[in-house]
Amino acid sequence: MPEPKIDLSVYDSESALLDGLRAGEPDACTCLLKRFAPLVYAKALRMVADPDEAEGVLQLTFIKACEKIDTFEGRSGLGTWLYRIATNEALMQLRRGHAAFATLDTLDEMIQPADLPQNLHAWPIDPARAALNEELHGQLERALALLPASLRVVFVLREIEGLSTEATAAALDLGESAVKVRLHRARLRLRELLAGYLAMEGDGS
Amino acid sequence: MTYSHTHDDIARCQELLGQLKAYVDGELAAELRHDLELPLADCPDCRVVFDTLAKTIMLYHTLDETPVELPPDVESRLSRRLNLSF
Repeated sequence: MPEPKIDLSVYDSESALLDGLRAGEPDACTCLLKRFAPLVYAKALRMVADPDEAEGVLQLTFIKACEKIDTFEGRSGLGTWLYRIATNEALMQLRRGHAAFATLDTLDEMIQPADLPQNLHAWPIDPARAALNEELHGQLERALALLPASLRVVFVLREIEGLSTEATAAALDLGESAVKVRLHRARLRLRELLAGYLAMEGDGS
Repeated sequence: MTYSHTHDDIARCQELLGQLKAYVDGELAAELRHDLELPLADCPDCRVVFDTLAKTIMLYHTLDETPVELPPDVESRLSRRLNLSF
């Protein structure tokens, strides 16, 4: 049986959406979910690299957001606020579920022999012009998921979320030099993981 | 295609990659940058690593602008958890 359609256009502006959320209107909550849940889930999945855990982070993010909507002061956009909650939830999930994540502070913070580049073929792709098609998008996400959590999280916060070295170090309770080394190791590993796909791309000539 | 770069001097490779980190981050002073460019010019494989590393970072920078979809079952479980109906 088709479900009744809800007109969410009434919440097109963020202030109208916020008013609706603060008034406890269920449709406003539905609108919040429709608008932001896909990206919150994608970001959570990137951090924790597990669909079930990412779904848990997604649910906790929206439960907390709905509970705390009165504390939202509007200094940032609603989306930014939600993504910050999701990032914190994902980090807590990683600390809870992955003993290695919490203890890897003692990891040798140097470029390891295993990080050294092996695939030395050039890549024909020009990222400045290349549209991120679905296949390439999938390759990027899969490579990210293969990194150990300690490297992946640093890479996601710095390169994708655009946090500064200082902010990343504070979020992860790490030193800034450790963040820099982990970021570089993550980049080298991702380069290697993508090389098998991107070095071949357009190589058929 | 060549595999001429065999990491036979691991310490030097690690040092060069360490410098590459600062180079990619834009932290390297101009004179140091020049020093780094010399070994890169001498080593085609090092240039490939530098170029592909830069491309890796550029590709990931575009990731957050890529539209994503929420799997329908994930969405319906979320709405049930929040006591919403669509």
